[in-house]
Amino acid sequence: MSANDVVITGIGLVSSLGEGTSEHWNRISDASPAPVIDGERFAPYTVHPLPEIDWGKQIAKRGDQRQMETWQRLGTYAAGLALDDAGIKNDEALCATMDMVVAAGGGERDTAVDISILDQSRSNGDHGVLLNERLTTDLRPTLFLAQLSNLLAGNISIVHKVTGSSRTFMGEEGAGVAAIQTAAARIRSGQSTHVLVGAAFQTEHPDMLLGYELAAYLHRGSWAPVWSRSETQGGGIVPGSGGAFLVLESRDHAEKRGRKAYARLGRVAAAGAKPDQAAISHLLGELDLPDHPHLVFSGASGAHRATEMEKIAIDQRGLAARGFSTLTGHMKEVQFPFAVALAALAVHRGAACPPFEADHEKPLDGPVETAVATAIGYHRYGGVATVAGA
Amino acid sequence: MTAAKDHLGRPVVAVTGMGVVTSLGIGKEDNWAALTGGRSGIHRITRFPTEHLKTTIAGTVDFLASSGKGNSALTSELAETAAREAIAQAGIDGEFGGPLFLASPPVELEWEDRFTLYGANIEDVEGYQRLLGSARVRNDLAMFESAQFGFIADRLSERLGTRGLPITLSTACASGATAIQLGVEAIRRGECDRALAIGADGSATAEALIRFSLLSALSTNNDVPEKASKPFSRDRDGFVLAEGGAALVLESLESAQARGAKVLGILKGCGERADDFHRTRSKPDGSPAIAAVKAALADAGLEIEAIDYVNAHGTSTPENDKMEHLSLSTVFGERIRKIPVSSNKSMIGHTLSAAGAVEAVFSFLTMQNGVLPPTINYDHPDPAIDLDVVPNAKRDAQVSAVLSNSFGFGGQNACLAMTREPA
Repeated sequence: MSANDVVITGIGLVSSLGEGTSEHWNRISDASPAPVIDGERFAPYTVHPLPEIDWGKQIAKRGDQRQMETWQRLGTYAAGLALDDAGIKNDEALCATMDMVVAAGGGERDTAVDISILDQSRSNGDHGVLLNERLTTDLRPTLFLAQLSNLLAGNISIVHKVTGSSRTFMGEEGAGVAAIQTAAARIRSGQSTHVLVGAAFQTEHPDMLLGYELAAYLHRGSWAPVWSRSETQGGGIVPGSGGAFLVLESRDHAEKRGRKAYARLGRVAAAGAKPDQAAISHLLGELDLPDHPHLVFSGASGAHRATEMEKIAIDQRGLAARGFSTLTGHMKEVQFPFAVALAALAVHRGAACPPFEADHEKPLDGPVETAVATAIGYHRYGGVATVAGA
Repeated sequence: MTAAKDHLGRPVVAVTGMGVVTSLGIGKEDNWAALTGGRSGIHRITRFPTEHLKTTIAGTVDFLASSGKGNSALTSELAETAAREAIAQAGIDGEFGGPLFLASPPVELEWEDRFTLYGANIEDVEGYQRLLGSARVRNDLAMFESAQFGFIADRLSERLGTRGLPITLSTACASGATAIQLGVEAIRRGECDRALAIGADGSATAEALIRFSLLSALSTNNDVPEKASKPFSRDRDGFVLAEGGAALVLESLESAQARGAKVLGILKGCGERADDFHRTRSKPDGSPAIAAVKAALADAGLEIEAIDYVNAHGTSTPENDKMEHLSLSTVFGERIRKIPVSSNKSMIGHTLSAAGAVEAVFSFLTMQNGVLPPTINYDHPDPAIDLDVVPNAKRDAQVSAVLSNSFGFGGQNACLAMTREPA
């Protein structure tokens, strides 16, 4: 135990399963948890849609809500849940000294404008001039701010007054890994006392689907759980909308303000490039796990190559996988923060949840003292972490 | 040997290699000659048609192989070109062997590619279904990668031999400074002996220009492009969109000395503070920018008397230059009128994600060469901004410590304090 141990004192979750820690834990602890899916709106693709959200509960001003599209609202909302959960929300002094690392992609484009321009382009050969004419008149001026990657963090500063620092990491799942790894390293070294870290992803937008489908990564046709997606049905990814934010804090800082932690964040190991089976196995080895079966909240995407390699690496180490994308869908930058959050909840409750997919996940009896979180990217990068009792 | 630890007992961070590309050219030598010669790199846009546009000038980099091939391709080449110059100067052969921090712009699928997908001869579906179906059939890895946020850093990491998961970041117009700050922090934590910090931005597409234009952020002084960027002038009317790249090899002083590397300067301190006031405007009292400047000085262990030049953010927008003056005069008091404050952006425009890194390189060159680059186009001083902006012509000066400011949309404020010597 050390004063600069990294403890998790706040968790904010939103996914198709609902919002908040209790609702998520209850849903994933169900003996046969059922995913919430929508196979019609974006057919032939299936998505895990957002639940009903009363945005006003975390974003009080309607004016602030209007300045954002769904992705930024979702992140700002999930960040608010985490701050609330940690007892930091509306504490001006704590927010003003709080550091922030957000993992982000880009925001939503105006699909009506895009498609209208594309339609016109088929009969108008001068695409450059067409673009100038249409974008200049049709783009909503403030939409740019709803699209900029760092403006999720910007909105969190405005709405929740977190202003110690603000950094946005980009790069799909790896951005979520690097955000947590950096936040934890800052706390361990004394560079930060408390950090808000997390991400949001809103997939219910055709341009977000296009991002995957440019390399044919999406699963098509009837839904299947994450470890059982056939190559005849596309690339294996069923995306989901969601957000996950964590409040990480030094043990000393949490104790001095009398906060109980969910869990302690242990080692975070990350890999660049495209981690193969050996690299994933090596990452898991870096965690120095006590020698008995452990629960792994895996952020495996469903993308065939990476998912298969991760599963083999997990099985070979005798770990008990829980592929949560079966229930939430793939939430890109959110995968790692979400995995760490679920691991923290399991450690906090001291119990495993039943398999999400009985054919490919084994039950785990006995108390859970340590849990593992993974997010191996669907295309590149990856990371793992251990979470243990506070 | 000089002390390897700073005033807070942390490893001193040296700079042992630098590289830069802007509209003024490739490399430190060409850039420095142009910059001190008061030459502007701003020109009429030829990359895309300018009909219907309010702004028809920019500081685009038009002379690289990837120029005009989209944001991801050009950003990547700008980053790699600058990085190779920096690594060569640092005398590091083979694998770089430390982490990579890349400040780069957000990416999206290019319009050119959208037109290609939409125009493809596929089954008769319309709207986004047409784009999605066409994308799936085409399954074009290069097109996919151009819209992946992690792609550029991954490729750089592979080519340059950096270590671990490379970090790609955005703090808008402060990104370049943040990349340096992340490198400094990693060295101070003892995670590595050296780090590569890069800021690169090749995002000057028509849509990018239109987006900034719709926010009224850009200068519309199109008639004489090289006169359009006029920081601190009464008649300034916006920034000039520009491209560029810069890289710094950051290294613990101990490691640099141990391998006999030439120390080009010291990255003494970094400060940051987020603003909660508005998405594009600063808090009227300037308190976040003021706090960022003060934090950089405190982190560096420098008093205000130690700073003898400020490399301003100086975008040439009415708002930024006013707020930057407010911040500087609040922190430095009366002394600010005696500190030269110049804006590189008067010549190179605003290189956005690259700016903080580009201007850090120029700050070190300022100290090395004992020459202050001017603020050009300073013909009508803003009477409300009482600063020595090094008007229109370079000036010889011994400079031992520089403050460089970077401020961005989304309440981003990051400042760097740099010195010539370790002590």
